[in-house]
Amino acid sequence: MTTATLSASTSRPISAPAWFWPVAVLVVAYGVVPFVHGTYLFEAILTPFLALSLAALGLNLLTGYTGQLSLGSAAFMAVGAFAAYNFNLRIHGLPLVVSIFLAGVSSAVVGIVFGLPSLRLRGFYLAVSTLAAQFFVQWTLNKFGWFSNNNPSGVIDAPSLTVLGISFDKPVGRYLFALTIVVVLTALTRRLLKTQTGHNFIAVRDHELAAKVIGVSVLRTKLLAFALSSFIIGVAGALWAFAYLRTVEPAGFNLDRSFQILFMIIIGGLASIRGAFFGAALIVVFPLILSRLGGFFFGGVFDSGVLDMSQRIVLGALIIFFLIVEPNGLVALGDRLRKRLQSSQPSKTTV
Amino acid sequence: MNGFDSQFFLEVLVGGLLSGVMYSLVAIGFVLIYKTSGVLNFAQGSMLLFAALTFVSLVERGVPFSVALLVTLAVMIVLGLAIERTVLRPLVNKPPITLFMATLGLSYMIEGAAQLLWGTQVHALDLGIDDTPITVGGVFISKFDLFAAGIAATMVALLTAFFRYTRIGLAFRAVADDQFAAFAIGLRLPRIWATVWAAAGVVALVAGLLWGARLGVQFSLSLVVLKALPVLVLGGFDSILGAIVGGLLIGASEKLAEVYLGPYVGGGIESWFAYVIALAFLLVRPAGLFGQKLVERA
Amino acid sequence: MSELLHHSITAPDEAIASSSAAAATTGAGYTVNETEAVRPPRGAPAASPALKLEAVTLAFGGVTAIAEVDLVVPSGEIRAIIGPNGAGKSSLINIISGIYRPDRGRVWLGARSFKRVPTQQLAQLGVARTFQNLALFKGLSVFDNIVIARAPARRAGFVEQLIGLARARREQADAHARTAAIIEFLHLGAHREKLVNTLSYGLQKRVELARALVARPQLLLLDEPMAGMTAGEKQEMAGYIRAVRDEFGTTVVLIEHDIGVVMGLSDKITVLDYGRKIADGTPAEIRVNPVVIDAYLGVAHDDEVFNDNI
Ligand SMILES: Nc1ncnc2c1ncn2[C@@H]1O[C@H](COP(=O)(O)OP(=O)(O)O)[C@@H](O)[C@H]1O
Ligand SMILES: [Mg+2]
Repeated sequence: MTTATLSASTSRPISAPAWFWPVAVLVVAYGVVPFVHGTYLFEAILTPFLALSLAALGLNLLTGYTGQLSLGSAAFMAVGAFAAYNFNLRIHGLPLVVSIFLAGVSSAVVGIVFGLPSLRLRGFYLAVSTLAAQFFVQWTLNKFGWFSNNNPSGVIDAPSLTVLGISFDKPVGRYLFALTIVVVLTALTRRLLKTQTGHNFIAVRDHELAAKVIGVSVLRTKLLAFALSSFIIGVAGALWAFAYLRTVEPAGFNLDRSFQILFMIIIGGLASIRGAFFGAALIVVFPLILSRLGGFFFGGVFDSGVLDMSQRIVLGALIIFFLIVEPNGLVALGDRLRKRLQSSQPSKTTV
Repeated sequence: MNGFDSQFFLEVLVGGLLSGVMYSLVAIGFVLIYKTSGVLNFAQGSMLLFAALTFVSLVERGVPFSVALLVTLAVMIVLGLAIERTVLRPLVNKPPITLFMATLGLSYMIEGAAQLLWGTQVHALDLGIDDTPITVGGVFISKFDLFAAGIAATMVALLTAFFRYTRIGLAFRAVADDQFAAFAIGLRLPRIWATVWAAAGVVALVAGLLWGARLGVQFSLSLVVLKALPVLVLGGFDSILGAIVGGLLIGASEKLAEVYLGPYVGGGIESWFAYVIALAFLLVRPAGLFGQKLVERA
Repeated sequence: MSELLHHSITAPDEAIASSSAAAATTGAGYTVNETEAVRPPRGAPAASPALKLEAVTLAFGGVTAIAEVDLVVPSGEIRAIIGPNGAGKSSLINIISGIYRPDRGRVWLGARSFKRVPTQQLAQLGVARTFQNLALFKGLSVFDNIVIARAPARRAGFVEQLIGLARARREQADAHARTAAIIEFLHLGAHREKLVNTLSYGLQKRVELARALVARPQLLLLDEPMAGMTAGEKQEMAGYIRAVRDEFGTTVVLIEHDIGVVMGLSDKITVLDYGRKIADGTPAEIRVNPVVIDAYLGVAHDDEVFNDNI
C-alpha cells in the first residue's frame, strides 16, 4: 500500500534538488507567513494545522511505517496535554520547552504500556486493544481531579508561552512556537527513518516473520515505534492545548479525534511525511470550505447541524474514495499530477 | 460490606448476563461479515442506528408498525447490498486493514446520512413490551431483557439453521473455510457476500430496535459497536458461539465489576472495563475463545 | 559448549579470509572488518554436524506434516530435500528455523540442541534462510533489504543513530561494506537503489539470498530458491549456491523440485514423502533407489505436479 509513495519519493520526479522544497516551505513559513495581517489565519487554520500535522506524523510512524493500526491517538494527545500542564504547574521554574518534552516522554511511557499487546496481537485484535487506551485515558483524566488541578469540569488552562524571556502568546507567536517544534520533530523523524531503526520499522511492517528471522528485534522495534509515535503525538497534544485552544478538557480528545488523525494519514498518504501534512491541511481546511459552499448554495438551511452531518458524509466518502482510487493518498495523487504536467510539456522547466 | 448478599449478587449477575445478550446481538452482525469476507465491519453500529432511526421515523409519521418494519427491512437489505457493491467489491483482495478503514469511512457516511435524513433529536421507541420486572426464583428480572434474550436466541437458531440446512448457507460455510477452494468449485463469491451484507443489515435492524427501545433512538446508538468489539475480541471474530459466550461473559463481569469494584475507583468503569477483560484474556489466548488458532505459514 | 559455538560461528570468516585473495569478487568487503573474527582454538575437536534432527514429528490438526524424521547434515555440505508437494519439506525448514514447534524430537544446530529453535536468535545462531514465497521488505530498496540483515551485529541505539555517534557510524560503514560485497558477489549492482518489488521474480529471489548471506551464516536454508525461474536463471542460481559453499564454507540445505538441478548441485539428497524420510544418499544412490523411483521419480517427468506451489 505504501510502495508507490516510497518509489515516488525516491525517484523524485521534480527537477529541483531534494532540499529545494523543504527550504522553500521553511522560508515562506518563517519569512512570509508571520507578516500576514489579521489573526484568523493563525488562530483558526495554521496553528491547529500544525498540531494536527504533528499528531498525524506520529501516527504515521506507527501505522504507516511500522504497520500497527492504532485507534487511540487522541488518548496520547490527551496525555501530552495534561502532562505538559502538570509539569508546568507543579515543578516551578521548569522551562516550558522542558515541560513539553517531559509531556512527550510521559506519553511515550503510556504508549509503551498500551503497545505491549502488539507483541502478541495482530491486525484487528491489536486495533481493538488500542481502543482500550482511548477509553482508559479519558476515564482517568475525568475521574481523578488531580490531573486538572481539581477543576470541577476537568478543564485545563494553558500557561503563558514564554521561552527565554520572549513571549509567544500572541497568535503569530503561538504559530511560530508550534511551527518550530513541528519543524524540529519532523526533521528528526525524517532522519530517523533513514537509519537502521527506521528500516526496522518498515521491515516489521512488510514482513514481520522475515524481520524476526534475520534478527531484527521485533519486540524492541514495535515498542520503540509505539514510544516514538506516542512521544510525537503527546507533544502534538501539548501544542493543541497550549498553542491552539488554550483551554481543553478530556472530552476534546475523544474517539472522533482519534479517527480524525487516522483519516489524515489515509487521505494524505500512509508512510509519507508529506502525507501527514497534506492530510492535516485537508482536514483543517475542508470544513471551512464546506461551510462556505453550503452557506452559499443553501443559505439558512445549512445550519451548524446540517454542516456537521454533511461534513461526516463527505469525510467518510473521501476515505472510501482514497482507499479505492488512490490508496497512497494525496501525496501520490500530487506526484502523479506533477508527472503528467511534466510529460505534457517536455520543455525543461526548472521550478 | 459485612456479609455477602448472595441474593443481590445473583441479581447483578443475571442483569449482567441479560445485558450481555444485547452485546451479543450486535456482535453477531460482525461475525457474519467477518466469517465470509474477513472484514471487521465497523459500520455495523451506524447500520444499527440507521435501521432504528428509519423505523422510528416511519412510525412517528403514522406508518403502521408492521408496514414500517417491512419497509425498514427492505431498506436495510438494499443498504447492505449497496455497501457490498460500491465499497467492498472494489476493494476485494486488498489487505483486511484497508477494508476495515473503508468501513470506518462508511460508518461516518451512514451516521451523517441517517441524521441528515431523519434529524438529530432523540426518539422514544416503544416495541410494546412493558419493562416491569418479574421475579424468577426470588430474583428480579426485567421483562424486556428476557424478551431481548428470546429474540437473540431465535436469531441464533435461525442463523444456525440457515447455515446448516440451506444451499446458500452451506456455500457460506465453504467460503468461510476457504475462499480459494470455494472459488475453485465455482461458488459465486460476490453473490454470497451480497447475501451476507443483506443479512447483516437485518441483524442490525433487530439489534437497532432492541437497543433503540432501551436507550432511545439517537446518535449514541451507533456507539454500541464499542461494546461489541471487546465481545468479539473475547469470543473470536469468526465464531457466532464466541459472540454469544463473549457477550455473556463481558455483560456479567462488567456489571459485577461496576457494582463491586466501581465504588473503589469512583465508578464509570464500564467505558473501558470490557476492553481490559478482553485484553487480559487475549494475552493468554490470542485468537479469542472460539477463534481459529492459525499457525502462520512460511 | 560456548567454545564450540564460537568455533562454528567464526569458522566461515577463516574460510573467507583464506579464499578472499583467490575470489576477487568477494574479497574487498570481507576483509574490511574482521573484528568479529575470533580465531578458533587450534586442534579443537572435530566439529559436530552443522545440523541434526532427532525423531522430529509435527502434525497440524489431523495432518501429519513431519513424521519421525532424523537428519544429519555435516558441515560444508550441500543437502537437497526433495519430495512431492505437501511432503513436509517447508515444514522441515520451518522447524529448523523455529517457526514451527515440533510436537516431538529435537533440533541440533552445531553443538546446541533445541526443543524449539528460538527464531529471534536464529541469526546469532548462525542460521539464515529464504522463504518459499518471497519474503522481502517491499518498502525498502535492494540495498536496504540486504543491509538490514546486519541488524543483530549492531549495538548502537536509535539515539546514537539519530545523532550519528561514532559507534553508530562505524557499524553503519561496516554493514554497508559487507552489503556492497554481497551485492557484487551476486551481481546485483545494477539494482542497488531500486525498490525490490520493481525487480523480476528471479532477481527478487536473488535479493533474498543476498539478505541471507550478508549475515554470514554457517547454515543456509533455502526453500525453493529456484522456483518459477527459467532454466538459465536456475543454472545461475545453482552457481551462486555452489560458490557460497565453496568460498564461505557454508552448509546449505535446500528444497528444490527440478531433479536435474538437484542432482548436479547437491552432495546428498534427502527424500520426503508424506512427512516421512524415505531415502537419504548421494545423487547417484537416489537415482537408482527403488523406493524413491516408486514414490517420486516415477512421476517426476511430469514437472507440473511439483511446481504448482510457488
Ligand atoms: N501452518 C500450517 N497450518 C496447517 N497446515 C500446514 C501448515 N504448514 C503446512 N501444513 C500442512 O503440512 C503438510 C506439509 O506442508 P509443507 O511442509 O508446506 O509441504 P511441502 O513444502 O513439501 O510442499 C501439508 O499437508 C500442509 O497442508
Ligand atoms: Mg513447500
